[in-house]
Amino acid sequence: MNLAIRDIRHHRGRFFLTSIGLGLLLGVVISMGGIYRGLIADALAVLNSTKADIWVVQQNSNGPFAESSRIPEDTKYRIAAVPGVAAVSPLSFQTVQIERNGKPFRIFLIGYELNSFGGPPSLVAGRNIRQKHYEMVVSKSMRIEIGEKIRLGQNEYKVVGISENIVSSSGDSAAYITLSDAQSIQFKKSNHSIRNERSKAGIAISNNKSLSPQQSTLLKKTLMESAENTHIINTVLVKLLPGVDLKETQTRIQRWNQLRAISDEEQTAILAKGMIEKARMQLGMFRIILLIISGVIISLIIYTSTLDKIRVIATLKLLGSRNRVIIGMILQQSLLMGLLAYAIGYILILLTYEKFPRRIVLETFDLQSLFVIVITICVLSSFVGIRKALKVEPAEALGG
Amino acid sequence: MVKNSCAVEVKNLTKIYGKGDTAVTALKNASLKVMPGELVAILGPSGSGKSTLLTCIGLINEPTHGALLIDGVVVADEGWLTGIDLKQMRREKLGFIFQAHNLIPFLTAQENVMVAMEINGVTRSCAKKRSSQLLELLNLGHRAAHYPTSLSGGESQRVAIARALANYPKVILADEPTAALDTENGKNVMNLLKKLAVENNSAIMVVTHDQRMVEGFDRIYHVSDGRIVGDSELGEE
Repeated sequence: MNLAIRDIRHHRGRFFLTSIGLGLLLGVVISMGGIYRGLIADALAVLNSTKADIWVVQQNSNGPFAESSRIPEDTKYRIAAVPGVAAVSPLSFQTVQIERNGKPFRIFLIGYELNSFGGPPSLVAGRNIRQKHYEMVVSKSMRIEIGEKIRLGQNEYKVVGISENIVSSSGDSAAYITLSDAQSIQFKKSNHSIRNERSKAGIAISNNKSLSPQQSTLLKKTLMESAENTHIINTVLVKLLPGVDLKETQTRIQRWNQLRAISDEEQTAILAKGMIEKARMQLGMFRIILLIISGVIISLIIYTSTLDKIRVIATLKLLGSRNRVIIGMILQQSLLMGLLAYAIGYILILLTYEKFPRRIVLETFDLQSLFVIVITICVLSSFVGIRKALKVEPAEALGG
Repeated sequence: MVKNSCAVEVKNLTKIYGKGDTAVTALKNASLKVMPGELVAILGPSGSGKSTLLTCIGLINEPTHGALLIDGVVVADEGWLTGIDLKQMRREKLGFIFQAHNLIPFLTAQENVMVAMEINGVTRSCAKKRSSQLLELLNLGHRAAHYPTSLSGGESQRVAIARALANYPKVILADEPTAALDTENGKNVMNLLKKLAVENNSAIMVVTHDQRMVEGFDRIYHVSDGRIVGDSELGEE
């Protein structure tokens, strides 16, 4: 006869309510683990989708995600000429905020060269960008229909495809456009602004009396061309030929002093450890606190439940019950409570995780680890009740 | 192990609680014998030491001095005898009936009887069969699936009696079994105990302070200030 089950059946209301409460707590613990994994997945989403070996960025920069990086677009030609480089792809990144359905809507815009890599990963609907201008592929999480037009900068862009979920490290959904369109959105100035800058440059040059009229005109033209130049990118992705030494190629690229070559592994470290370390610690602390709270609650419930059963335990002892019968009853109740709470928490998150504003990634290892932790907490928590139960004297069953 | 034919034999049993200046002698040189099938009452006022005597015989309290034999087996001789499994002795040789029936509230009447047998290693099917028989014998067959909260005081005490009988004990120890019952139910329970003592050849020791309830007992021991001051056989009172 299983005394633990019998007792639970008799006090099922209290048992299930407590388990539900614990389940909600464990649900929060599971979701926090999922949020952390989601943060990593989001931070590395673009990185993993490009499958590049090296990220070439501005010197002394941890760009293009953790810090700003601006390099001339023509850098790609020099990188492509480095021995061992199989392919290069210039990319630009920017976050824009538009208004959609009356609400602010942030988009992480990725500009890439058509027929090069670094563009949208596998599409779930529509097609890839074919035209050089005014087409875009959006991430599934943006919930934008194919054919919808979105105004970015001075032009409208038509959604032609929907990609898998790709987001920036801050969780903004990604959209892909051609590099030239991205540069235009980011750097192209309005006519009024250009006129204003031309006028300012003209005044500054004409005030310099040491220049001849021809020199002034040439200088003004050069200055304005430079100011109006949109051929700037944030990074050049590099794919190496098989068997090529990564370090050696990095060293070769970094001989150009204005550039830094970051390996995929280094970029992962910058994103995972640098950018989300504090968030990881914060979530970790919350998880530990919640697990301690769960442990305290289980201990308290098991302890009070043992106190309620003092006379029962004393009677069982008087009837000659072995200690393992009593220990088993308390331990089983604690474990059943933990198991039920875990199941409730897991099911709760399984049903709701897609509705969270940020991605929640439930990894089997995390769930298994938490399960082991919950079981350990249950066993440890039951010790308080078991200790109390073992101290009960059979004589306590006597008397009125 | 030494064996004799007594169900219970107590020789010069003394129980002292505490040590030094705070020591209290609850039982002094108590001696008695109870034969199988004998119905014995231990009478005495509150604090006389009768419950201490019962807990010593029930292997709950360790006697300080003296010897104790259960079913001919020496279990205590100047303290518990080494190698004696008291829990096993309680499971196999003793049955208990309490003042408050002490039924386990989350078990049905039948399960309350079965639990005593399952603790003793009896298989579930055997325990179920025996518990049904016992409950039928005590006119509780129709209440087998009921929880203690839905049983009357008399019914609960009869379930407790069934539980005490479950493992065919040599000795049944009853501590004020009628204290929580009205006079009529109390007399019914006592009559039942008398009947069972004869039928099962179990020695039954009943601790009580109510002289009215011991009518028809085989032997009555009077306890006062920790001493057995006298015993009277049936008809002597």
